[in-house]
Amino acid sequence: MHELALSQGIIDVIRDQSAAQGFTRVKTVRLVIGALSHVEPEAIAFGFDAVSRGTVAEGAALEIERPPGEAFCLGCEKPVPLAERSDPCPHCGGHQLVVTGGEELRVKELEVE
Amino acid sequence: MCTVCGCAEGETKIESGHAHGHHHHHHGHHDHDHHHDHAHDHHHDHGHEHVGPDGKVYRHTHGHHHHDHGHDHGHDHGHDHDHGHDHGTIDLSRGPAGTEVPGLSQARLVTIEQDILAKNDGFAAVNRQLFAAKGVFVLNLMSSPGSGKTTLLTRTLTDLKGRFPMAVIEGDQQTSFDADRIRATGTPAIQVNTGKGCHLDAQMVTQAVGRLGVADDSVLFIENVGNLVCPAGFDLGEAHKVVVLSVTEGEDKPLKYPAMFAAADLLLVNKVDLLPHLTFDVARMIDYARRLKPGLRVIEVSATGGQGLEDWYAWIADGLAKAGAKR
Repeated sequence: MHELALSQGIIDVIRDQSAAQGFTRVKTVRLVIGALSHVEPEAIAFGFDAVSRGTVAEGAALEIERPPGEAFCLGCEKPVPLAERSDPCPHCGGHQLVVTGGEELRVKELEVE
Repeated sequence: MCTVCGCAEGETKIESGHAHGHHHHHHGHHDHDHHHDHAHDHHHDHGHEHVGPDGKVYRHTHGHHHHDHGHDHGHDHGHDHDHGHDHGTIDLSRGPAGTEVPGLSQARLVTIEQDILAKNDGFAAVNRQLFAAKGVFVLNLMSSPGSGKTTLLTRTLTDLKGRFPMAVIEGDQQTSFDADRIRATGTPAIQVNTGKGCHLDAQMVTQAVGRLGVADDSVLFIENVGNLVCPAGFDLGEAHKVVVLSVTEGEDKPLKYPAMFAAADLLLVNKVDLLPHLTFDVARMIDYARRLKPGLRVIEVSATGGQGLEDWYAWIADGLAKAGAKR
């Protein structure tokens, strides 16, 4: 439950961009939070609302894109989908999986004015 | 914000003292100082040395007003998000919503593609660079509360004393009990109280290292806040993440806290001297952990009985030798 700290990280990114690109209000914040990341999107939304007060992002809408989990199965030697970290390979049932996608934690873009 | 663990920023307190506490400092940092004074003094004194000019100021930007308002927003956003998913992600990658009413809005898109943890990772990179330059081998120790992490650490410090220099950063929400225990072994230690925070972040480590100092070719143990969830996500600049799990806990913990075990480089199974009295299935727990991290290195130890400690010490010595060789 570290989402408040992460929300502050989002605000830090926006603040830097605001100074560099000269916008004064953020209408929409688009995030990428992978399905296997250690983050609850609902908690991010709640934390973001709290930490955005008094910043250029106050009142901004939050849109969260959730890329699915992906892994490479060392047994099958091919990429496979992975809904949960502890799931087995859908083909061979093994657990020799290396996560290759779904761990994203990124500010993708801002809609600003 | 977090009703589970009380996670919040803004009350971090790092001990002002070196190995022996506050008497070294003439500017009056007693342990009992008013909290806010303490934090502010610290920022001003040390910001220029270890921290960028923006420093920790950002930690304080969030207010405590309008809680009702906050709830409303939180739920609204949640719904927006759900709707986005129902209709696929095409809307998210398309142009700004403003294009639906062109001319009415001056909205524009700013593409960022920046990691949310960028600031933390920046400090982690600074730490890693510092540690590499001095040949310091840094371990980030994580576990649930009560796994015997501090006992294992004090035993380790006592047994390895004289073989190479060591230092400890202790993270807890409150109290300096653990740092006191570490200092009793004669090892320099500094306590970081995270206040409501549920994990150490890289910037806290940067500041702690600045105060504590680390010797060339030494081992630095960072004992994270007892928590199997939040610390997993924060790179501190360590060489390895070490997870301690005791056999008095549930053997299914790796599956319950997958992010932590997926991030681990070494799993120490502690309190194995108690196994005869328990039904804990070590092999099953290790199998669970390796589902999350194939090939995860595991060492079974007892901090009180002494089993397995030589393997643990050999692993540390090996890592330290490699850190020194890279310098």
